[in-house]
Amino acid sequence: MSEIKAEWPLYEVFVRGKRGLNHVHVGSLHAADDQMALRHARDVYTRRNEGVSIWVVRSTDITASSPDEKDPMFAPSGDKVYRHPTFYDIPDNVPHM
Amino acid sequence: MTAAPGTTGPDTAALEEQFAATVARKDRIEPRDWMPEAYRKTVVRQVAQHAHSEIIGMQPEGNWIGRAPSLRRKAILLAKVQDEAGHGLYLYSATETLGVSRRELTEMLIAGKQKYSSIFNYPALSYADVGTIGWLVDGAAICNQVPLCRTSYGPYGRAMIRICKEESFHQRQGFELLMTMMRGTDEQRAMVQESVDRFWWPALMMFGPPDDDSPNTEQSMAWGIKTHTNDELRQKFVDMSVPQAEALGVTFPDPDLEWNEERGHYDFGQPDWEEFWAVVKGNGPCNAQRLAHRTKAWDDGAWVREAATAFAEKTVKSQNGGDR
Repeated sequence: MSEIKAEWPLYEVFVRGKRGLNHVHVGSLHAADDQMALRHARDVYTRRNEGVSIWVVRSTDITASSPDEKDPMFAPSGDKVYRHPTFYDIPDNVPHM
Repeated sequence: MTAAPGTTGPDTAALEEQFAATVARKDRIEPRDWMPEAYRKTVVRQVAQHAHSEIIGMQPEGNWIGRAPSLRRKAILLAKVQDEAGHGLYLYSATETLGVSRRELTEMLIAGKQKYSSIFNYPALSYADVGTIGWLVDGAAICNQVPLCRTSYGPYGRAMIRICKEESFHQRQGFELLMTMMRGTDEQRAMVQESVDRFWWPALMMFGPPDDDSPNTEQSMAWGIKTHTNDELRQKFVDMSVPQAEALGVTFPDPDLEWNEERGHYDFGQPDWEEFWAVVKGNGPCNAQRLAHRTKAWDDGAWVREAATAFAEKTVKSQNGGDR
């Protein structure tokens, strides 16, 4: 079996499904460089008009929160129920609220 | 982004509890979650096997692209085989989230250390087989895959959702191809029946061995990786396929195939499980040919991978104002 020097880097792919929507993560692929990553993303993830715009970014350039942290990163929002509209009692006879 | 390594230590019990609770809620496990090593291994094994099946699965049909009977059929077959490559890539991508690289996976396939579906070790002998593969083989695959959209490992489930959307085209183009042949000459109708006769039993084998001979099923179901047993899915496939065969005007080569009013299902015979295990162990009609072809493609592509890497390095250097 022939050896290759190194595997092409991994890219994460984000596709905007149509105008007005956010780019959404759809998967990953390997490519030698950014331009090839875009072309491969088109061929792998938009064969049926699934997108109007593609972002690719090297997986190693993504910083992610860890779901395993003992003190969860999302705890600060857990006890702030007053940030939600349902926290406030408004009489039923008040319209449009 | 790779999975956090499985840790052992005083906190392992708490982590195991958290994992079990997530699975019990039918919530998804995501790549960076802690997971038992055995769960990780099982998902890697199953998803890699599935990815390899898509990639090897391009061969029986790819063989017919150059001999398609019309431009229409050729365009359809090209699109289908390209989809199989795409499905393989979605699944390799899911496997990689568990810390196994694409190259490792390809090398394990070539070395025979990981399996692919035994169905692809049967040859496609006539153009009718292109239709039968779409109808029965992709039909069986859909039966297997639809429940996997809700599998407990997030990236696998998401890959399956994309794949299932596209598989529907595969099955329908196959059925339409066979319908067209059935409207043709006696010879063409005979070709369809002969093809169905060859593929029926191998298609039933695609669901894996009977439940009492499937050692991994129980644990996989407890972990939410699988949601139905092999026999349940096989029954579902038979029930679906019989009316389709009637609509097409073909029969299945099973004398025991009969509607059972009491069960509300079709009774059917068992495939030759000895043949199944022989094919799994590498003694099917095309095992050697499939792996040799994949190895050749991998070796022949080596210079392309190297050249693209060299070009990328050169571009970076020249952008940095380096050696011009």
